[in-house]
Amino acid sequence: MVKGKPVPDVAFSVELDGVPIGEGVTDADGIFFLPVDDFGDYTITISPDTLPENITLKDPTRTQGTATVEENRTTGRAIFAVESRSGLAAADSSKGFPIIQRIFDGAKFGIFLAMGAIGLSIIFGTTGLTNFAHAEIIVFGMMSAYAFNVGLFVIFPFMSTWGTPFGSGVTLVLAALLAIVMGGLLGLVLDKFLFAPMRRLGIGLISQMIVTIGLSIAMRYLIKFAIGDSPYVYRQYVGQKNIDLWLVSVPMKDLVSIVICVAVLAAVGLMIQRTRMGKAMRAVADNRDLAESSGIDVERVIRLVWISGAALAALGGVMLGLSDQVYWLAGFRYLLPIFAGVTLGGLGTAYGALVGCLIVGIGIQVSTLVIAPELKNGAALLVMIVVLMVRPQGILGKAQRIG
Amino acid sequence: MFSTVLAGVWGDALTQAFGPLAVYYAIAAIGLNIHFGYTGLLNFGQVGFMLVGAYGLGFGITTWDLPWFMAIGLGLLLAAVLGVILGLPTLRLRADYLAIVTIASSEIVRLLGRSNVFKDYTGGAEGLSGWSGWFQDHTPWQNTFYSFGPITYTKMQVFVVVFGWLTVALLVLMVHLLMRSPWGRVLKAIREDEDAARALGKNAYSYKMQALLLGGVIGGIAGMFAAVSNGTVQPDFYVPNVTFFTWTILILGGAARVFSPVVGAILFWFMLTIAEGLLRIVEESDALPKSLLSPTDIGDFRYMLMGASLMLLLIFRPQGIFGDRAEMALDDH
Repeated sequence: MVKGKPVPDVAFSVELDGVPIGEGVTDADGIFFLPVDDFGDYTITISPDTLPENITLKDPTRTQGTATVEENRTTGRAIFAVESRSGLAAADSSKGFPIIQRIFDGAKFGIFLAMGAIGLSIIFGTTGLTNFAHAEIIVFGMMSAYAFNVGLFVIFPFMSTWGTPFGSGVTLVLAALLAIVMGGLLGLVLDKFLFAPMRRLGIGLISQMIVTIGLSIAMRYLIKFAIGDSPYVYRQYVGQKNIDLWLVSVPMKDLVSIVICVAVLAAVGLMIQRTRMGKAMRAVADNRDLAESSGIDVERVIRLVWISGAALAALGGVMLGLSDQVYWLAGFRYLLPIFAGVTLGGLGTAYGALVGCLIVGIGIQVSTLVIAPELKNGAALLVMIVVLMVRPQGILGKAQRIG
Repeated sequence: MFSTVLAGVWGDALTQAFGPLAVYYAIAAIGLNIHFGYTGLLNFGQVGFMLVGAYGLGFGITTWDLPWFMAIGLGLLLAAVLGVILGLPTLRLRADYLAIVTIASSEIVRLLGRSNVFKDYTGGAEGLSGWSGWFQDHTPWQNTFYSFGPITYTKMQVFVVVFGWLTVALLVLMVHLLMRSPWGRVLKAIREDEDAARALGKNAYSYKMQALLLGGVIGGIAGMFAAVSNGTVQPDFYVPNVTFFTWTILILGGAARVFSPVVGAILFWFMLTIAEGLLRIVEESDALPKSLLSPTDIGDFRYMLMGASLMLLLIFRPQGIFGDRAEMALDDH
């Protein structure tokens, strides 16, 4: 059906009778898919300037296509043919070193995942809770940034006539900061009104874990209810061209995100190693009872761990939303790689989460050189299962005798 | 006029509460009850067992032309193999590792099933269809529809309902007898205190593996009933949400009770259908703006309700309807 190479990251917008329905970018298979609710003739518009450098539309005047969705044909489609100006296989920007590009892309994905995974790991370290709802906090951050970026009326339609940030949005940088604050608030609320009361009632960790599963499902569908089921992109920094750095090519936005992530991770590391709070955090993780009897306010430490873990996850969500897209089901896509990374690195350690996520991210990307791309997440999970057999405490975890 | 609408909701609710949906969720929950209720294993991948069971049935008939009973055997065998693969690395580890690995494995089998790589065997994302003809030709009920008062089923639904509830009855009897036997008492001992069971010379690992296999094979049976009732084996039907529905049903009924999966399944789908029906009446009356309540939102409502029920049950009534709080003392194994 498709000859030649598919082109990823091309932006599209979809309209029905002049009303915008959604927008998004093509995936690695060159496909942009948008679920719709109504029958009709949908107009699909390509943004030609989001095409990679040496790729153009075969017919430069045809930037719109029509996809018809009707009773007997519920999947409409429009195909946009492209050609490579230089005659090279331009979608493969890796210039003969695909593996280096894959490793770089994997590390990029891994470091974004790690922003979420660190919270998961330190919450486990201090409370013993495996939080299955953590990926939903990532999506919450992603969604908050989108809502502030476009205007909060996307969630609360009655606000559409109000001023900024309700009827219209703020720039993404400000929206990201607000999303981090929202993430921290969510962490505070979850601990204060859900997990702290459960700890007080003496509800066991296994019960709490099942509660987090219920929480993740409820949150996921609430997020879908809030922003709808299409994938979205932020207002700024859409469809940037890749810039070449020696052997790899990367869009500017991802490069900036990576630098921010490294800086934040370094700050987190310093905080854990150097501050009193970090020391208290490590003490609680090491031995809760001993920490409590030496005068550390354990509940306060746990509260702070929840707030900072959720804020980090929200920031990770913004990064993932920027490099990929804002999508209500994204949490489910990230949950298992994050668990794989955290388990791989050693549950409960912040550095382990970082190392594990980098390995998982790189592993997922590099594996696509060998296996079909649709199985890449399966490969990561398989690696996790093998690691559990050989070294269950993870790479940086401490060996514990269980049973 | 309004009372006819309500009667419609009532009929829908009864149809769902005793229909194929309740059948295969009850069977899946019986398997999960053996895992979690009696042995304390945190299996969050019950849907994986359902999927391999269903694929075994569909694959056996379409690709290998097996007779139906051998295809069922193939499905059960595959579920057992999955159990061994999951149990080997995780049953020696702390309880939550099994949770992570099972949820991951149920996704791996789904990804493998829908992958284009094995399309010739699994049918890719479209799955396997056209294998249910044998059941359609041989079911004793050949009318298109059957009505019992407010309840209406199609011919294949009647087939699944009759044989499904028979299977449920047999499984309930089996679990009842097993859990009274010395074998069942060892399982409960492991759930209560694994170290104590080992100190008495019981091989906890082997018992846990047997429980995982038995509950998984029962999950495979549930998957086959789901497949026959759908008429196809579609990988994207077997998503982790199915597992979480099963958990909600089990906790609602009360873990470690023989009848609780059955009562839980009937009650859960009954209440859910009533709630959805009432929401639909509100939606159709246009009392609320479409932006607040659209038909899609009603479809998603069941997931929010499931998530919320799971949380509220675990916090306020972990023993469910029939359970014993002492037996649900899920604390740190």
